[in-house]
Amino acid sequence: MRTEILLGDEAAALGALHAGIGGSFAYPGTPATELQEYMFLMKRNYPGVYIEWSANEKAAYEAALGMSYIWKRAIVSMKHVGLNVAADAFINSAVTGVNAGMVIMVADDPGMHSSQNEQDSRFYAEFARVPCFEPSNQQEAYDMTLEAFRFSEEVKLPVMIRLVTRLAHSRAIITTETPVKHTPLKKGHDWKKWTLLPANARFRFQKLTELQPELAAYSNKSAFQKLSIPENGASTGVIASGIGYNYLMENSDLASLPILKIGVYPLPGNLLKSLTRNLAEVMIIENGYPFVESRLQSIVQNPSLKVRGRLTGDLPATGELTPDLVRKAFGKKTKQPAFTVPENLVVNRPPRLCDGCAHKEVYNILDEIREEFPEMTVFSDIGCYTLGALRTPPSIESCVCMGASVGMAKGAANGGLTYSVAVIGDSTFLHSGIPTLLKAAGDNSPFTIIILDNGTVGMTGGQDVPIPGERIEKFVAALGVPEEHVKVLIPIRIHHEKNVQIMREELKYRGLSVIIARRECIQLVKTKLKKQKKS
Amino acid sequence: MKQDIILAGVGGQGILSIAFVLVNSADKKGLYCKQSEVHGMSQRGGPVFALVRMSDKPIYSDLIPVGEADMIIGLEPMEALRYVNYLKQDGLFFTDNTPIRVGGYDFERIKSAIEAYPYNLTVDARHIASEAGNKLAVNMVMVGAASPFLLIERAYLENSIRTLFARKSEDVIKVNLTAFEKGVELGMQLKFEKSTSGGKNLP
Ligand code: SF4
Repeated sequence: MRTEILLGDEAAALGALHAGIGGSFAYPGTPATELQEYMFLMKRNYPGVYIEWSANEKAAYEAALGMSYIWKRAIVSMKHVGLNVAADAFINSAVTGVNAGMVIMVADDPGMHSSQNEQDSRFYAEFARVPCFEPSNQQEAYDMTLEAFRFSEEVKLPVMIRLVTRLAHSRAIITTETPVKHTPLKKGHDWKKWTLLPANARFRFQKLTELQPELAAYSNKSAFQKLSIPENGASTGVIASGIGYNYLMENSDLASLPILKIGVYPLPGNLLKSLTRNLAEVMIIENGYPFVESRLQSIVQNPSLKVRGRLTGDLPATGELTPDLVRKAFGKKTKQPAFTVPENLVVNRPPRLCDGCAHKEVYNILDEIREEFPEMTVFSDIGCYTLGALRTPPSIESCVCMGASVGMAKGAANGGLTYSVAVIGDSTFLHSGIPTLLKAAGDNSPFTIIILDNGTVGMTGGQDVPIPGERIEKFVAALGVPEEHVKVLIPIRIHHEKNVQIMREELKYRGLSVIIARRECIQLVKTKLKKQKKS
Repeated sequence: MKQDIILAGVGGQGILSIAFVLVNSADKKGLYCKQSEVHGMSQRGGPVFALVRMSDKPIYSDLIPVGEADMIIGLEPMEALRYVNYLKQDGLFFTDNTPIRVGGYDFERIKSAIEAYPYNLTVDARHIASEAGNKLAVNMVMVGAASPFLLIERAYLENSIRTLFARKSEDVIKVNLTAFEKGVELGMQLKFEKSTSGGKNLP
């Protein structure tokens, strides 16, 4: 038994390492990145474990599934929107099932600290019909990951761990157990299970459906659920899930209510019924969408029970919960702040591109020709360069999801927009810009793609990209984009005039052109220099 | 016995290093602790905000309720001010006094707002850190200045600073410890007296 101070993400990573995984696959995304970062940090202590930054979340998911197929435990981690990318593999892997234990750690971002939405992954787990664990603290993140691997093997299903930003990025002391050794490779043997031809798939889906009562039974008796009904005849009770439980318990005067803490899904029907049997009303505290709140009545079927939560407006419909919001939901007074923030003095401090960042120069180039091409529309993507939206005037006009810039620029060009431009980073392009490029190259759609190749995943702290950027121009040319319209430039002040001229020409060209603006991320340069100094 | 602390600054200033020093020290002392942080895009010069909670009893929430923080340690005055609603009536407001300006920043008015808090200390930590040998050690000056008011003894903090920089050279450790000691000297001189006209404000 040892103790460590770990982030929620790191606690889950250590749980996986102690569960004897053979591999860990991930695509970076806040707030999930630190799980895989920790794996890399611990690599030398766990020599047999394969660790990679994959090309995207679907690729990561499938690789983990392949590892499970050969009877080695595997974990895959991603942020919540990453699961949208991996969803096809995720949902179908519930139908095939797994061989060795497979865990998918998804970090949700209620409050959208650094995301486009606050989707709640518990709905995905329910949709795929697989079990989901929702830790309330770092110790549970560790313990639940260990248990998730064991249970995944028992029921032969992938199992989800749902973290939220506040836990993923919060440190506490945890106690760890003795690591398990990972199992030797075995070839898979059950081709019918794994080959989802309709006849097999129907059979497998039936099996998955039949498993559900077993999952519910497990959930009802899991030690991670905690039911406490004090004998004080209280008529108001609470259901609190994951980190929501902490915000409840932080209010010591609410801690003596009848409480069901939920840490495992599918929902524990028996426990829900036991809690609510004698209650007139129940408050649901969940740091995410109203999942429990919307499912509760269909399980307990108690028309006289008043269910309160986000849907009823007792808690805010969106955003992150806090101990104070929970307090208010019960009609209790919150502490009046002794001091108020002088709003007129505390101004916004928007994030900005690093000094010397290459993206700035690319935007300077576009700014310069904006007047010549009034119809020019710049679709952008997910990365540091999204901050171009905060320039005056804004340098970009959209940012929707990974890879969307290429698709949107293509669609707009196909609809008749002249001077349609996509701006996308190298990592984002490799993640999901390629399929749209294939078709655009095939039909020579008239627009311009600017690939910002800085050699890294900059926004999440500088993770590796799958291939060196220099291969991108060869790849693009091989797709049939004429070589004279595949341009590589260095976005630096002294090349400004030359670069503006290239941009002008490629915009005017009425076919597909690809401009690769290549200069290393300043932060990457800094880390490289530091490493050099050391050695 | 419990203490809730807010750390505020700008990306790259070393807020998370202070957080490490506090949490590691609390752990070594045998206290429960939780430390959460908000970053992500803050790497690009946005605000960074971390919470440290320590207690001899288990702690539930990673978040500190409004009006409950015992102390704010700021590495930038406006950023420290951003979270003042978390501070208790008798909470301590410590901050470095070098502004990192953005559009609309009014340093003079920010300064006088801070000076009106009953227990405040603004420190020219950048200057002190330079004297110690590295102007980036502002964060260590600030932990030093706050240290006489922390639940954890100095020896724990010094050891944690050594651990934090263990992989760096002896020189780096020395500079940071010196910055810390200089901060301690400042903190030790503080004798807060409640006053409505503003607290004590050392150079
Ligand atoms: S991290 Fe790199 S890509 Fe991001 S803003 Fe800084 S220099 Fe630019």
